[in-house]
Amino acid sequence: MLLRHTTKEIKERKALTVNPAKTCQPIGAMYAALGIHNCLPHSHGSQGCCAYHRSALTRHYKEPVMAGTSSFTEGASVFGGQANLLQAIDTIFTVYEPDVIAVHTTCLSETIGDDIPQIAKKAETDGKIPKGKYVIHANTPSYVGSHVTGFATMTKAMVDYFAESNGRKIEQINIIPGYVEPSDMEEIKRIVSELGIRSVMFPDTSNVLNRPQTGRFDMFPKGGTTVDALRSTGSSKATLALGRLASGPAARALDAKCKVACEILDPPIGLAATDAFVDTLRRMGGVSVPESINTERGRLLDIITDMHQYFYGKKVGLVGDPDQLISLTEFLVSIDMWPIYVVTGTPGKKFESKIKEITRDVPHEVKVASGGDMFLFHQWLKNEPVDLMMGNTYLKYISRDENIPLVRFGFPILDRVGHSYFPTVGYRGGMRLLEKILDALLDKTDRESPEESFELVL
Amino acid sequence: MAASKTDPAPGIESVDPGELKAELVAKYPTKVGRKRAKQIVINSVDECGEVPEIGANARTIPGIITQRGCSYAGCKGVVLGPTRDIVNLTHGPIGCGFYSWLTRRNQTRPDGPGDANFMTYCFSTDLQDEDIVFGGEKKLRQAIREIYENFRPKAIGIFATCPVGLIGDDVHAVAREMKEELGINIFGFSCEGYKGVSQSAGHHIANNALFTHVVGLDDTASEGKFKINLLGEYNIGGDAFEIERIMDEAGITVVSTFSGNSTYDKFANSHTADLNTVMCHRSINYVAEMMEKKYGIPWIKVNFIGAASTAKTLRKIANYFEDEELIERVEKLIAEEMVEVEKVRREVESRCAGKLAMLFVGGSRAHHYQDLFAEIGMKTVAAGYEFAHRDDYEGRAVLPEIKVDADSRNIEELAVEPDPERFNPRKSEEALSRLKAKGFRFKDYDGMMAEMASGTLIIDDISQFETEKLIEKYKPAIFCAGIKEKYAIQKKGIPMKQLHSYDSGGPYAGFKGAINFWREIDRMVNSKVWGYLKAPWQESPELTATYGWE
Repeated sequence: MLLRHTTKEIKERKALTVNPAKTCQPIGAMYAALGIHNCLPHSHGSQGCCAYHRSALTRHYKEPVMAGTSSFTEGASVFGGQANLLQAIDTIFTVYEPDVIAVHTTCLSETIGDDIPQIAKKAETDGKIPKGKYVIHANTPSYVGSHVTGFATMTKAMVDYFAESNGRKIEQINIIPGYVEPSDMEEIKRIVSELGIRSVMFPDTSNVLNRPQTGRFDMFPKGGTTVDALRSTGSSKATLALGRLASGPAARALDAKCKVACEILDPPIGLAATDAFVDTLRRMGGVSVPESINTERGRLLDIITDMHQYFYGKKVGLVGDPDQLISLTEFLVSIDMWPIYVVTGTPGKKFESKIKEITRDVPHEVKVASGGDMFLFHQWLKNEPVDLMMGNTYLKYISRDENIPLVRFGFPILDRVGHSYFPTVGYRGGMRLLEKILDALLDKTDRESPEESFELVL
Repeated sequence: MAASKTDPAPGIESVDPGELKAELVAKYPTKVGRKRAKQIVINSVDECGEVPEIGANARTIPGIITQRGCSYAGCKGVVLGPTRDIVNLTHGPIGCGFYSWLTRRNQTRPDGPGDANFMTYCFSTDLQDEDIVFGGEKKLRQAIREIYENFRPKAIGIFATCPVGLIGDDVHAVAREMKEELGINIFGFSCEGYKGVSQSAGHHIANNALFTHVVGLDDTASEGKFKINLLGEYNIGGDAFEIERIMDEAGITVVSTFSGNSTYDKFANSHTADLNTVMCHRSINYVAEMMEKKYGIPWIKVNFIGAASTAKTLRKIANYFEDEELIERVEKLIAEEMVEVEKVRREVESRCAGKLAMLFVGGSRAHHYQDLFAEIGMKTVAAGYEFAHRDDYEGRAVLPEIKVDADSRNIEELAVEPDPERFNPRKSEEALSRLKAKGFRFKDYDGMMAEMASGTLIIDDISQFETEKLIEKYKPAIFCAGIKEKYAIQKKGIPMKQLHSYDSGGPYAGFKGAINFWREIDRMVNSKVWGYLKAPWQESPELTATYGWE
């Protein structure tokens, strides 16, 4: 057994996290910053933070992930990291020449209280920030929130630093996609343009973390939201934010700063959430939904009707991030699956009540944990197993020990490709999710059904 | 900086390394360039094996885009990570524990279903802001109790992360207290990420704590006639398994491995071995030194990377024990193993010979893997370490010259004395002089540079910018580094092999490992995929309309 020490008996833990279902804020900030065009994320802390975040993102995306670090030593930890950050800014603008350095803090620099805007100001006074270039920042101590809130904070920083209202509205809407894959961002943009709506998406990691092999390496690839586009978000007609936790703060900041009204929806994962997304877009843009979108919706619906017998009453365990889990749970409930265990490591009480509300008609007890971990999740499974698990790659250890099929969903996915190229949002993304769910369930059926009931046609 | 004409490395006469160095240095702000110039050296080996001085184990310049990680990564991730039955508790916010959870491909093989294995688990105190404000010791104590209640391990290691050091949590005091309370061995590591200048500091901290709290706790004499410890072998992709297989067949007992496929009990018993063999000099030489002083166990440098190197190492171990039967058995084993090795080597050499390799990784791998490339005729034109010290480049002879700077001074040097009861020199003075007279060398590490050709480029703590420039100039057939470097290099159309975690596959150590590695390199440098980078219409964009519209 791979997780041989996980017991059925659940003992209360107050201080110990085992097999976390979250990671720390800075990696989310780094991921968000990669969604700005010509931007180098910078980790203000020890080298290890930056190395770990780059490694984790690289393993998930199989793509170059460039970022700088302030390389704190013991001296910097005592005297403050100002000299390190000034040096970093100078080195980065001289050698790598980005338009933007997006600094995020770490537990180290937060604990000693480094003031990033003050240091950036000094860099500017010292002439270390070339004209037309920017240093932006987000405070992301690792002992608050999770990778999701780190993403949200850096996304909000894009508004704080760049958004400006030029006094008249531009015919465009802002889309804040949330902590989703580059493929998802691409798909959201496609749906928006299919509706004939002009938009600015930020951050946008498509063509950054799913770029093609061309025989060339560009330090700053084609993708990412440009500074000009970010600036224009303050003059957009409206903002559509996807994911309360990941996108809410930036959307509200835009409203406060530039009076751009916002709507905050759950990420468009599954039928109902995508319906809400498309319907909101339609009303925001004053457009009618084209037949092509109706066709996509109909196809998703068709799979559900055709294969409903395989979904019905199947128990599912989910581990992931709050925004995605809300939509995903809703999707599974809508196809008559029973999500009975839902765990996120990200703290937040609202999550639990929201999941309870979505699953109120599920004819089974539903256990929910925010600030939970995969050890607890596994213990729940030991007490009553499920038919399917959905979550990140770490679940494969449970999957093997308990012989429960796993659909990889969320972050990080370290052992498969696809997530950066094929979306799980929108109607097409919903179809892909259903394909994956059916493959996982039916492969197990095919592997394990008795010979006499082994079937050709399913 | 004016570049003087320097001799290029054999095989790449088109590149003047002096000019290239000048170009690299010129790109940086002046002061930065001056620092980098010390860490970029054109190798020259004179008749006596003397090599130039290189700047190493120095602070990384902020913003340069380094490969390096931190002290915690070296301590918890590298050295303690591969031990299966110690619960490694990260005291800090969640990230550090999360990122070092199962990401290094250390394999382990528990003795049956009842044997402990915590390597698949991640334990953290997941500190929150209130803990940072009010202190985290209370939470740490409680977490240790909860580990004991849930897992009943024989030992717990506590790893301090950056904020823990700053807020003044004393992991050692908590360890002592909880050890008393629970009656199991509990020890702390002050491996905060800001200690030292790289992972290397963490290796040293790990060595110190293992030596202080675990080594020597169990005096039960280990069985076997020829007993060794294997130090600095982390069982990435099963390397230690292959070495264990070879040792088994040679009749040599591996008492303990630091720390691939290792257990707490084996560490505790490791001082009963009669020889320490050191693979990764950088990460583990401290334990070897301390065990020699305290217990009288001599150490030698070995290398199981490369078939010829493996054979050489086996002979060296056999010669140390001065046992004819062992010497004979080792020769027989080498002869048997080399049949298949030689067959594959020749086959792969025919497709790879003359191609260029670059290795920028670790603290020993960038050196060791050159042997594997050389055996199939590939030339290493540039290499460097991520976190090594001058002795790993220039050889141990340089040790007395190395100045202790502010960053190194913060890493404790343990004062070790011979153990009053257990110090037992494994070789008499007479035996030592007999061996030395035959050319046998102890503590013999000559470093990377002496074994590299003159004109090759040695770069310490290479930056992303330098990596790109090197590739553009030399266009190597393969580049070896880590996961962060991998895809930027491959996007340029050059295969990149990870030598920290091997991407996938392995083992690459020992005889079978050499075969695996050569097959892998053959696959990578001769892969058809690199020929598909351009679409047909990109190869010949001119239009010759066949069915064009009027």
